[in-house]
Amino acid sequence: MAPEEIAELLKKEFGDRVVDTTFDTSHPRIEVQAEAWPDIARFLREDSRMRFNFLRCLTAMDLLEDDKFCATYDLHAIEPAKDGKGPYTLIHGCCIQIRVPRDDAKIPSVAHVWRAADWHEREAYDMMGILFENHPDSMIGPNGKHPRRILCPDDWVGFPLRKDYMFPLEYHGIPAVTEMGQTRPVH
Amino acid sequence: MADVVLESLPDINTDLSPGSTDQQDFPTEEMLVNLGPQHPATHGVLRVVLRTDGEMVLEAVPHIGYLHRCAEKIGETLAPYQYIPYTDRMDYLAGMNNNLAFAEAVEKLTGLETEITQRAKLIRIIFAELNRVASHLVSFGTYGLDLGAFTPFLYAFREREYILDLFESTCGARLTYSYITVGGVTDDLPEKFVDVTREFLDYFEPKVIEYNNLLTHNHIFVKRTANVGIISASDAIDYALTGPVLRGSGIQWDLRKLPGSGYEEFDFDVPFGHGEKGSVGDCWDRYFVRICEMQESVKIIRQALDRLAGTEDQDVTHKKGKTIKLPADEIYHEIENPRGQLGFLLRGNGSAIPDRVKARGPSFCNLSVTERVCTNVLLGDVAAIIGSIDVVMGEVDR
Repeated sequence: MAPEEIAELLKKEFGDRVVDTTFDTSHPRIEVQAEAWPDIARFLREDSRMRFNFLRCLTAMDLLEDDKFCATYDLHAIEPAKDGKGPYTLIHGCCIQIRVPRDDAKIPSVAHVWRAADWHEREAYDMMGILFENHPDSMIGPNGKHPRRILCPDDWVGFPLRKDYMFPLEYHGIPAVTEMGQTRPVH
Repeated sequence: MADVVLESLPDINTDLSPGSTDQQDFPTEEMLVNLGPQHPATHGVLRVVLRTDGEMVLEAVPHIGYLHRCAEKIGETLAPYQYIPYTDRMDYLAGMNNNLAFAEAVEKLTGLETEITQRAKLIRIIFAELNRVASHLVSFGTYGLDLGAFTPFLYAFREREYILDLFESTCGARLTYSYITVGGVTDDLPEKFVDVTREFLDYFEPKVIEYNNLLTHNHIFVKRTANVGIISASDAIDYALTGPVLRGSGIQWDLRKLPGSGYEEFDFDVPFGHGEKGSVGDCWDRYFVRICEMQESVKIIRQALDRLAGTEDQDVTHKKGKTIKLPADEIYHEIENPRGQLGFLLRGNGSAIPDRVKARGPSFCNLSVTERVCTNVLLGDVAAIIGSIDVVMGEVDR
């Protein structure tokens, strides 16, 4: 199924919760509302026309000019070959995007739909600070419940991939060296 | 004195299998064990916290990030051709494949892919497949090491040395190549490369049989790996596992078989797990998929070498490779690496420097399944399971 048809089906099922579509690009994508995402995800996974069973990647992006964060889910639907011989075949692929305001970046977790989302969401929180609600591996931090960090230590301050991130000058007494020219270490 | 007659060897594992301990044993005091971050069986700086009860592992939680080098953040400050050396250092055992994934993503985004010459494409395939063989050789050797067999490691590195020599003669580097670059490859093949590579392939093919005799069908090795760490097909897809780990679970999925991968005209099979020694998706299946993949790679390299004839006059380096500007658009592109699908999401903004570079490391996704597989297994099997998933921490942490 082409991305246009997938968007058409989603619009029929979810109405205006499908916010926007972009097809004139090398990465055709469908933008949906954050609140409706678990329902849409379940539909994408379970509907007999969709069958998106493979979450390839989750990318968090910082769109500073729009004052938004963007989460991009790349999906594949794969199935065994029709005659049972030969490699699995690709049914179709699609890409779902969710944009949330930078000061209230909350997206419901879909780790219960695709378990691959578990670590991807932890990484997206760790690097970009998008709060994935109801994540199965959450912990209580100073600012409330959030997914457990995965690459940085649990007590790390800030979210490194944000465009306005300031490099820390020290961590537990270790002076920092930076190549980025954003902050200079003081020894 | 009566003769001692042994009908069959006693199965020493019967009273240690998970089901039997539940009935005969009772829980004792639990203990937390830190496996790693400095442990030879974890293949790098991986720390796994094990909750154990005697010999049984009740829970295993991997902790990663010890090798995090902000590769994605650095990508936002560099032009694509400057970023190529950073991709080398992700999966450092398969530098060529990483270069290829990033270069292809940039070319697809900028539309340069139509201008890559046939010769450059063939050279890329030859090096990607040679690197796949080299990477699987390390995996094969170190998996033997994990399970207490030292000799296979030496055998594997003996053959890997030939491949590294080939790489050295071509681009000067033995581990971090940066050879495949935006617009093609950095330099043409050296003299006699085709002949030397053919010589190597003739030498290498019988060696795989030697590996099978040495390790694959070794009784102790089969005992340690068959029926251990079984990943079901549905779990494998749910966790988005890729590469030999996915195929070991019986799912014959390979990106190289999809249209547009560049491998359409090559004749090769996609090996997958059959449960030959135990159940489908156990450690032995994952291991054996790698062995078979080496043979398939040899097939591909032979075909590519044949096709090189007659392309000597084609240019392998595109002059726009270093000055290219990324349009205000994005792309997500994946290729089949030795460890699975390596994907890059690139977002340009009209300048030479991208807005966002996201790397989806196959080892990262493959490692996430450890938590599920390493429950209610024996302590000794944890090393077998982690070894069979074959992670490279440089790629997990990026």
